[in-house]
Amino acid sequence: MDSESLLLSLELASGSGQGLSPDRRASLLTSLTLVKRDYRYDRVLFWGRILGIVADYYIAQGLSADQLAPRKTLYSLNCMEWSLLPPATEEMMTQTSVVKGRFMGDPSHEYEHTEMQKVNDGEKVFDEEVVVQIKEESRLVSIIDQIDKAVAVIPRGALYKTPFGPIHVNRTFEGLSLSEAKKLSSYFHFREPIELKNKTLLEKADMDPSLDFLDSLEYDIPKGSWSMQMERGNTLVVLRSLLWPGLTFFHAPHTKNCGYIYVGTGEKNIDLPFML
Amino acid sequence: MGDPEFPPQEPLGSQEDQDTLDVQAMRSNLMGWPQAAENQEMYQPEEAQLGTPQYLSPNVSFPAGYQPQPFQEEGDAQLPLSTNLMMQQLQQGQGTFFQHLDSTYQDPRQGFPSSSALYSGEEARFEGAQQGPYMQEDPAYPFLSGDMGYVPFNMDLPEPEPRELAVQNAKAYLLQTSINSHLSLYEHLVNVLTKILNQRPENPLSMLEWLNRTAQAEWFHPKLDTLRDDPEMQPTYEMAERQRALFVRGGQGEGEQEMEEEVGDTAVPNVMEMAFYFEQAGVGLSSDESFRIFMALKQLVEQQPIHTCRFWGKILGLSRSYLVAEVEFREGEEEGEEEEVEEVVEGGEPLEPRDEEEGEEDEEKAADAIPKPTWKPPPVIPREESRSGTNKYLYFVCNEPGRAWTRLPHVTPLQIVQARKIKKFFTGYLDAPVVSFPPFPGNEANYLRAQIARISAATHISPLGFYQFGEEEGDEEEEGGAGRESFEENPDFEGIPVLELVDSMANWVHHVQHILPQGRCSWVNPMQKMEEEEELGEEEEKADEGIEEVEQEIGPPLLTPLSEDAEILHMSPWTARLSCSLCPQYSVAVVRSNLWPGAYTYATGKKFENIYIGWGHKYSPDNFNPPLPAPIQQEYPSGPDVMEMSDPTVEEEQALKAAQEQALAAAEEEEEDEEEEEEEDLED
Repeated sequence: MDSESLLLSLELASGSGQGLSPDRRASLLTSLTLVKRDYRYDRVLFWGRILGIVADYYIAQGLSADQLAPRKTLYSLNCMEWSLLPPATEEMMTQTSVVKGRFMGDPSHEYEHTEMQKVNDGEKVFDEEVVVQIKEESRLVSIIDQIDKAVAVIPRGALYKTPFGPIHVNRTFEGLSLSEAKKLSSYFHFREPIELKNKTLLEKADMDPSLDFLDSLEYDIPKGSWSMQMERGNTLVVLRSLLWPGLTFFHAPHTKNCGYIYVGTGEKNIDLPFML
Repeated sequence: MGDPEFPPQEPLGSQEDQDTLDVQAMRSNLMGWPQAAENQEMYQPEEAQLGTPQYLSPNVSFPAGYQPQPFQEEGDAQLPLSTNLMMQQLQQGQGTFFQHLDSTYQDPRQGFPSSSALYSGEEARFEGAQQGPYMQEDPAYPFLSGDMGYVPFNMDLPEPEPRELAVQNAKAYLLQTSINSHLSLYEHLVNVLTKILNQRPENPLSMLEWLNRTAQAEWFHPKLDTLRDDPEMQPTYEMAERQRALFVRGGQGEGEQEMEEEVGDTAVPNVMEMAFYFEQAGVGLSSDESFRIFMALKQLVEQQPIHTCRFWGKILGLSRSYLVAEVEFREGEEEGEEEEVEEVVEGGEPLEPRDEEEGEEDEEKAADAIPKPTWKPPPVIPREESRSGTNKYLYFVCNEPGRAWTRLPHVTPLQIVQARKIKKFFTGYLDAPVVSFPPFPGNEANYLRAQIARISAATHISPLGFYQFGEEEGDEEEEGGAGRESFEENPDFEGIPVLELVDSMANWVHHVQHILPQGRCSWVNPMQKMEEEEELGEEEEKADEGIEEVEQEIGPPLLTPLSEDAEILHMSPWTARLSCSLCPQYSVAVVRSNLWPGAYTYATGKKFENIYIGWGHKYSPDNFNPPLPAPIQQEYPSGPDVMEMSDPTVEEEQALKAAQEQALAAAEEEEEDEEEEEEEDLED
């Protein structure tokens, strides 16, 4: 959610039950403004909160003028001092995919993971148990990246593409209408499109190239991994991801307000197919 | 369209007036294009009698708003001005055929007429260039001819020339109205340009799209029809009506009496206070949502005979969510419906084995005995009584504040046992089936109730000392070692300092009974019931399949501190924090459950409260593994009449045949011998 409209967004996203306490809200308002100034970001998003056992991580992201460019992620333990996280790499992702369980809450905590590695000793090849230390910081980075790639949502029309290349925020976005807001196809993934090329010609003919340049949520696998509800007496659309429980996207139809927040343990819900 | 800016005027005689008139006329002509379709104005192609361009003196009375100031911003400032003036001069010799038309502009600015003149006006006036009829659309057209002013004109009477026709066609096309409204492209462009000129934004080219959209929006904004309601907004208005009903007090004019009643003790909990404290912890719904819940609970209290009521929490579902209220009815107010339902169910089950037995008896008397099934259903464990154990409280749910509260049925031990084995999302509809393996005995309402029972038992905690056991307690032995069941509030409770609450888990205790693996809080020996069934049965081969000695299941007793809770993978099942580290003196202690994500408790001073907001599932570090299907059952007991025997081979049959023949032959010989002997005997 945009840091400019933080309070309203938190209010609208509170249907999932998790939010921020007043002291955190106040700290965020101040510190995010300073972050924007210091790092010269175009837009600062408050991404959410990852619950750890000892402490919680508060995550923010900074965007440049091009909305789809790689974002800079920052974390903080007290909503006041922010530290920049390194960008996610493939190596980091594979390394941290073996770690399971909750986050500890201490960025310097190291997970130990024993691996069987083949060690060549002259001509003999034997397996040796190697203990690999994985830092919680890398795990944090890869989880945030995974969540963004999987379930970050933006409504259709909120961003538009210019022929020059960069993706801009659409300042004339008036919000979706009620009938559009109830369809999953009006929401897009907020990341580089993957499925677009696979569309049939018929589908492509209906698309508006300046608005329909992202993947829609309709074709997500497994089908039904999004829960859509109307809250507040039918004036607010809330999308909750079932694959990453804790991610809430809200949008008030006919208004500009939209945003998403993740408040959860940072674990994927692998049991999803059993639960549907 | 607005009022005509230039009122129709009679053609005046004097030249100056004529000038004024003509200027006005010209301007109104220029700007009255929308009316062109209606008033077919005739253009007077004229000859340009242009010598030196005459510059109009500022004293010429122009219509309001028209300022002949040079167009400063553009480089070619002179050009539009001169063309303007030239056009004015052209009109001088013109007759009085101009009709004064309405103008769509309210604030014409000086630059505008020149722009439109560039594109549409010139072509009509200047006939000179011998280009084709569509050259006029070329924006560079007016600049193509070298000398701007010296283009010959005909002074003939009006005749629609091909160029004229082309221009009129173009105009007519531009004036086409769109389907949605009575606005045409021409008018829209005119609006946009007026807007730009009025507001003079910086860098207008980059804002062109936005301006376009906003101008459109202003015209196309749908207005509320006085007769018909907007169909899209219908459900929203309905919900709003329902919620409005919450806020309307049910008073019939006796306002004061009601106030007194309400100020006294009501069962409605102070939801707002709870919401405030949980907000400090960063948990909970927004404040207006909490208030609506409060009003809905108040409505519930008025409708049902409720003794105590508590907001239990919110369970999220796929299409709708559930708001759960935990209530206790007043003494003796138990609804009879529930018990009737239970009786029917329980009556059904003991009947079934009976039918089986009778049926089988008949079969026995028949010729062939059908093999009897050896499977006996496991004994049904009776559910706990209302107001005890898992059924201590009654639960009401509703989907949204304003909707009706539905009562959830009591939970049976079997449902709890099965609920532990499955993991399904709630859809939001109470009568939805729960499709799972092992099959869940009930629909979503039962599953919801079972999960609520499990969550309450696992996560409802209170500070140590808040509750204590009553003084009149029977011996533990009498109750079969199940522990004490009841507790009461401790009037001498003084509160534990918040820092201590956060430091050690031993300062918190569970105040809801633990659910045994059997599915109940108090243990019931299933064997006893089986013996009763055995007595009912007759002549059954009751193979005593070892009436197993079922061990009594014991769980932790009531009011056990949290430090005794089992760990999850070396992780404590509870996380305790101060709500605000910056101001510890006013913080509350917040405890979060790691086993049931979404369960929170706060405590400060003498107050504490539990809440659950989440999906309703337990946390498990391992993946969910559904149990495998049971092995296929044996259909018949093995026996010679059922077993398949292998057919004899050919050699065996031949050997048998040979043996039989031999035996036959031997028998015949014997007979012959006997006959011979008899004959011999006879002969003798």
